[in-house]
Amino acid sequence: MSCLQTIADYGLRAIGIGERLLPREDFTLCQQFTLIGSGMIWNVYFGLFALILGFFFATALAMGKASHRTVFRKPAEWFIFLFRGSPLFIQFFFAYFVFLNLKGVYPFFSPFTAAWLGALIVLFLNTAAYSAEIFYGALQSIPKGEIEAADAYGLSGWSRFRRVVWPTMLRLAWPAYTNEAIFLFHATTLVYFSGFPAWQQRGDALYYASYFADKTFNPFIPYPILAMYFILLTLVIIGCFGLVNTHLNRHLPANTRQKIKLRPNLIR
Amino acid sequence: MACYLTTGKHMSIYTSVLTVLLLLAITAPAALAFGFAGASAARSRIAPLSWLGKGYIAIVRGVPDIAFFLFFVIALDQMIEYVRHRALCPDWSEPIRQGNDFVVCAAAKMPLGTAPQWVHETYGFFTAVFTFAIVFGAFAANVLFGAMRAVPRAQLETAEAYGMSPRQTFLRVLVPQMWVYALPGLSNLWMVLIKATPLLFLLGVEDIVYWARELGGTKTERFTEYPHGDWRMWYFLALLVFYLLFTRASEVVLGRIMARLTLGQATTGGEAQRKAA
Repeated sequence: MSCLQTIADYGLRAIGIGERLLPREDFTLCQQFTLIGSGMIWNVYFGLFALILGFFFATALAMGKASHRTVFRKPAEWFIFLFRGSPLFIQFFFAYFVFLNLKGVYPFFSPFTAAWLGALIVLFLNTAAYSAEIFYGALQSIPKGEIEAADAYGLSGWSRFRRVVWPTMLRLAWPAYTNEAIFLFHATTLVYFSGFPAWQQRGDALYYASYFADKTFNPFIPYPILAMYFILLTLVIIGCFGLVNTHLNRHLPANTRQKIKLRPNLIR
Repeated sequence: MACYLTTGKHMSIYTSVLTVLLLLAITAPAALAFGFAGASAARSRIAPLSWLGKGYIAIVRGVPDIAFFLFFVIALDQMIEYVRHRALCPDWSEPIRQGNDFVVCAAAKMPLGTAPQWVHETYGFFTAVFTFAIVFGAFAANVLFGAMRAVPRAQLETAEAYGMSPRQTFLRVLVPQMWVYALPGLSNLWMVLIKATPLLFLLGVEDIVYWARELGGTKTERFTEYPHGDWRMWYFLALLVFYLLFTRASEVVLGRIMARLTLGQATTGGEAQRKAA
């Protein structure tokens, strides 16, 4: 079987298109590359949607935590502590079983027990909490002069937030937020190792990598392939976030712009 | 209820909580030692040693998190068995990698196939500890390396002016002073380490995640005196609360240590303490 044929068969296997049976013996390099690559679809899906949705929620949470009103501050603080203080792995398990129980009572919740929705919600809330902490830190370090200048121009309320506070907050938070994004994509590998089942063996990249490692007793091929895909993905994220960073810093002279410093991440 | 919570199986989950605490208690100093060695090596004036230290930091930090855990344990296991195989069975003629299988002679199995169950469990536990220590050692090395560079240069110059050798400068001036710079990074690392402990489950140790799944699952009257439905949700809720409390307690303790270390240091925090006093 040629490699092109393999790609045609397994390229979209992770979303259920193509050959149903996974290869069982005589594993070729091509199969490993194709299947693990097809699993990356899920990693990108989870990461991308959680990031986009989480961004807006995180802004709201950060504003809440920075607020003087206890009604807004306390819930935001508790939410952030809840999601930053416990392991993501346990959150996945807990959420899965909560959804499973809810499903028993209300059939409405049945899609929530599937990874595509349930895990996405957990990742969304989790990244919102982590990003909110970053944004909160940035809100605290907005130069006092900028707020005073906004006041002097007669800006207040929504327009002050929209034109002064928010852009500056983003600019200050962006390097840390880039790390958070990379971290989130790495965390997507946990999904199929927690409670969420891979329905019809449609798993993410790590799911397939460990499938191959189990079948061949040789971790030295699938895991480096997985690592390669993730390094590529990380480079793409750095590229995209770098563009946004340039955009956010476009008004500053070139030598005072903030560079994105990469701090590769840990387990959360 | 009290009876239910003290059945034999439940005793296992409490033991596994202790396992987690034990893992933390062993891993934290081990990782710190690895980190210290790595950072000192990276700072070394001998080039190969410095490359070794920097290489260690760079390689381990570059690989995505749990892939490393899954990969490293198998790789370590195979490496140990391979070395023992070469040493113990010199007249073994067949190749070790037979296609997809990894075959070593019976005497080289680690632990021995005849060993009792607890040896297997302890061996698995220590492989896990070693993996954690290697990974977190690299992160700690990075933090300590930064902290060593953050100690004001003037302090080291003063030590040199007093005629201390590089070794004395390192041990008597640099190391005592670096902790205040290292602590924020290290406490962050500690939090991450706490949150990484459920990954023990992936390494095949029967830890709290395993037991929560086992005990919470639906029980019928045939197998147990306490039949119940699917309670896994509550077991994981308990785990969640356990981790939250643990994190909170660590935050408080680390805050105290930080206050103690900042005392009398030429940092913003130290200055604030001086003014407040």
